[in-house]
Amino acid sequence: MLRYALKRLGLGIIIVSVAMVMLFAMIYVIPGDPASVALGPRATPEMIQALRSRMGLDQPIWIQFFRFYFSALRGDLGTEVLSGRPVLDVVFEQLPYTLALIAGAISWSVLLGIPLGCIAAVRRGGFVDRVIGILSVAVIAVPSFVIAIYSLLIFAVALQWLPAIGAGEPGNLASQLKHLALPSLAIGVGWVGYIARMVRASMLETLEASHIRTARAFGLTDRRITYSYALRIAILPTVTLLGVGIGNMVSSAVFAEIVFARPGIGKLVYEAISVRNYPVVTGAVLVTTVFFVVVNALADILIGALDPRVRTSLN
Amino acid sequence: MTVLDVKDLSVDFATEAGTLQALRKVSLKVPANRIVGVVGESGCGKSTLINAVLGLLADNGRVTAGQILFEGKSDLVHLDGTGMRALRGQRIATVFQDPMGALNPVLSVGKQMRDIQYRSGRSRKEKDALSVEMLRKVRIPDPEHRLAQFPHEFSGGMKQRIAIAMALLMRPSLLIADEPTTALDATLEVAIIELLKDLQKQIGCSVLFISHHLGVIAELCDEMIVMYAGEVVERGSTRDIFHNPRHPYTKKLLACDPARLARREPRLPTIPGTLPDLRNRPKGCVFQSRCELADDVCSTMPPDTALSTSHVARCWHTDETAGAAA
Ligand SMILES: Nc1ncnc2c1ncn2[C@@H]1O[C@H](COP(=O)(O)OP(=O)(O)O)[C@@H](O)[C@H]1O
Ligand code: SF4
Ligand SMILES: [Mg+2]
Repeated sequence: MLRYALKRLGLGIIIVSVAMVMLFAMIYVIPGDPASVALGPRATPEMIQALRSRMGLDQPIWIQFFRFYFSALRGDLGTEVLSGRPVLDVVFEQLPYTLALIAGAISWSVLLGIPLGCIAAVRRGGFVDRVIGILSVAVIAVPSFVIAIYSLLIFAVALQWLPAIGAGEPGNLASQLKHLALPSLAIGVGWVGYIARMVRASMLETLEASHIRTARAFGLTDRRITYSYALRIAILPTVTLLGVGIGNMVSSAVFAEIVFARPGIGKLVYEAISVRNYPVVTGAVLVTTVFFVVVNALADILIGALDPRVRTSLN
Repeated sequence: MTVLDVKDLSVDFATEAGTLQALRKVSLKVPANRIVGVVGESGCGKSTLINAVLGLLADNGRVTAGQILFEGKSDLVHLDGTGMRALRGQRIATVFQDPMGALNPVLSVGKQMRDIQYRSGRSRKEKDALSVEMLRKVRIPDPEHRLAQFPHEFSGGMKQRIAIAMALLMRPSLLIADEPTTALDATLEVAIIELLKDLQKQIGCSVLFISHHLGVIAELCDEMIVMYAGEVVERGSTRDIFHNPRHPYTKKLLACDPARLARREPRLPTIPGTLPDLRNRPKGCVFQSRCELADDVCSTMPPDTALSTSHVARCWHTDETAGAAA
């Protein structure tokens, strides 16, 4: 397990490093000099020159990159050009909102998708199975921002069941959860469909396995067989799917945060891009990449915890 | 006493190409404390027979006629799900062919053995103690520690021993073994057979032992049943069947190559001709198309002819089959 963890860590560092090269390259090729952009049209050449050397922009490119890389490793993602605040602080201020949003989306998709998949598998071929199948395909097919806009119009504007915008009162958990409900559903609902289909398929496969026949032959109840003996196995592909799907959820979060006017990384990046606040863009993307890598590692660890065969193969 | 008494059992499967008659009027008895072997080519209905006994026929399968009396009283054909579950694993236990896939891969052996005892009302500790005792009986070394391990951490032979331990955990009166050694190599097979023989005596249960392997049947079983195309064509003591086979199919099977028995050939000999289509059974005797003695009378269903108190063959011409193997 330790060797595996180290390997995962190494892989994570490589992914993050590649992301950093790409980010650095992106900033480099974007037209417009960050220093003159930051200072605005009325800056004098001297002022620009001064800022350029303060930002290290007059150094050779590879030195710029290594500075960028190693200070990022130390947690220094630079400072916001105008306010002078550390980028890391700015990003971390927004991060919890996005994490809550994604956690909410995962909750929706898991809490609805897994039971629906199980029910469809147990009632395979029946009416319920067909309805779940059609709904799954429908929610997969519709883009999440469309669902975001419609759920906003229906549940917030027309029915007024849930608040439309914002993240809720600080410190008031109930209010924050209410504000979380719609945007996280908008992100998660497509995943409900994916997971329901995935669980159905792997459940059907597992229920055919000979160890399930053994469990039946030993007189275990259908309930225990379905939800303990079969689901424990059928759930594994879903965990992997979710680990990979996190990246996709993060990009849906950008839309959800804009539509629902929620604070968060997505909104931060969106606004930073529109004013060419590059250090914030880079910092936010980097933090998101690290988050993605960590979640993937967690998904793998979870698989190891759920599947002893994986555990053994790692030792 | 008779532990299992199957009377005129018929099972159909509904398929897209029509009704498949998998078992037709199958009768057999498993007396207390006896090992009864079942032989027959693949597809002759051995697994269907045990699934019917266990109440685990596939959704498209149905018992159309007959009775399955267990311990002299309950007719398993009409027992509901709850009643059947109370017997399965408790009074009737099963060991399946595939030791690799027969155990749940993500649950520890100890957990699976505890779950089998869920009706016992014992504490977790008592359950584990019983599991350890059973694992020791099937000669798993260091059972206390191995309880926490998962199936993939055991070899194929060990897994089959564990499966046997699980089956015997609740001291059933009937152990059904569906080709338990087919997937194992010859040395492991011998060890498992010895073990089964030993445990059967210790526990005092009956065994219904399904195998392709005539040598193993001859060695292990007190009585045997020969199946062909969904019918029991001959049954009797192992001695009767091997020394005085009276159904033409049994005679062919045994005459094919006596050396096979000695060589422990794990497969049944092949005899010329093809199996009848179970969706379109011939009228009368199922063996007609391959039988040298077939004549007009054979196109009506042959009777189960009693040759002695325990020896029965389903054939019109048992008077012509006495004597040396054909
Ligand atoms: N669920 C099923 N649906 C249709 N046919 C089946 C089903 N199960 C078994 N059969 C058929 O019933 C016959 C007996 O099968 P089986 O009992 O598995 O034989 P054996 O165990 O002796 O090899 C075979 O012809 C097989 O194809
Ligand atoms: S009944 Fe006729 S066909 Fe069938 S086995 Fe006997 S002799 Fe052969
Ligand atoms: Mg079989």
